[in-house]
Amino acid sequence: MKLKALKAAFPLTLPVLTGYMFLGIAYGLLMSNQGFSIVWTILISSAVFAGALQFASIPLLTAAFNPIAALLLALLVNIRHIFYGIALLGKYRKIGVKKNIMIFTLADEAFSINVATNHPPDIDAGWYYFFVNLLCYSYWQLACFSGHLLGAWIPDDIIGLDFVLTALFFVLFLNQWKKKENRKNLLVGVFATALSLFIVSRAQFLLVAMILIVGLIFIVDPIKGESHEQ
Amino acid sequence: MNNNQMLITVAMLVVGTVFTRFLPFIAFPEHKPIPKVITYLGLRLPYATMGMLVVYALKDTKLTESPYGIFELLSLVVIAVVHYFKNNTLLSISAGVIVYLILVNGWI
Repeated sequence: MKLKALKAAFPLTLPVLTGYMFLGIAYGLLMSNQGFSIVWTILISSAVFAGALQFASIPLLTAAFNPIAALLLALLVNIRHIFYGIALLGKYRKIGVKKNIMIFTLADEAFSINVATNHPPDIDAGWYYFFVNLLCYSYWQLACFSGHLLGAWIPDDIIGLDFVLTALFFVLFLNQWKKKENRKNLLVGVFATALSLFIVSRAQFLLVAMILIVGLIFIVDPIKGESHEQ
Repeated sequence: MNNNQMLITVAMLVVGTVFTRFLPFIAFPEHKPIPKVITYLGLRLPYATMGMLVVYALKDTKLTESPYGIFELLSLVVIAVVHYFKNNTLLSISAGVIVYLILVNGWI
């Protein structure tokens, strides 16, 4: 049963593998160029596992000791995870202890696949989502590790391969778009984030976008009598 | 920074990240009824958040200097067209990425 779930989860993680290889190798290479030992790359990639934060934290790691700044940076960059959790409260029910691993490894890409795809009917939902997250996590570890170790020998004359992750999000977006009733909330997300990107400084735009999203949802899609199931 | 200070800094990054990931699940555990407003948001955020992610992924696109985001736009259009006709997730992603790589690397 687990093997079937793994097989079902694998194809959708291929774009993640491609994108993570590109970004993770870049991260590992950057860390090694900054003079960090590979132990740090492994520790940070496995314990933090948040690409955007890992890149953003490099200047902090090379500057004077400031743990509060590190904590605030992590909260600010990763505040979007709170939406991921709320969106997945329904799907992540009754799946046992492995739920904790799934939450720990809930990055953008795993989230997008978790939330926008449904497990094949003959496969256990918990294991399907578990393997999506675990595969993505493993790809990132492999990429950061090999980037640090071999980065200097990996050709870097192709740029833009990280666009594969944008493409993944966009296609999952299009899949959700097919249902008419989803569209206004999809547009709320696009509009609120784009607006806040234009009006707010880079550091805070996600926080503002999230507040805008909640406000706009209440306006365009108010409460009707509804029960919880996705 | 010495090694201990590095370790504390990394620990802070971990604490911040883990907190944002676990907060909703700790605040709304399975054995307790979920507040209506969270259920309400939980049904809508899967879509609003996907919209947010698409824009978030494009946030470093520079619209004010050449090529003005045209490469990204063209690639997304290709994805949408291929996806509309073929409805195959991996095919649509591959088509969009190939077009993007060709444009951005100047292979034509």
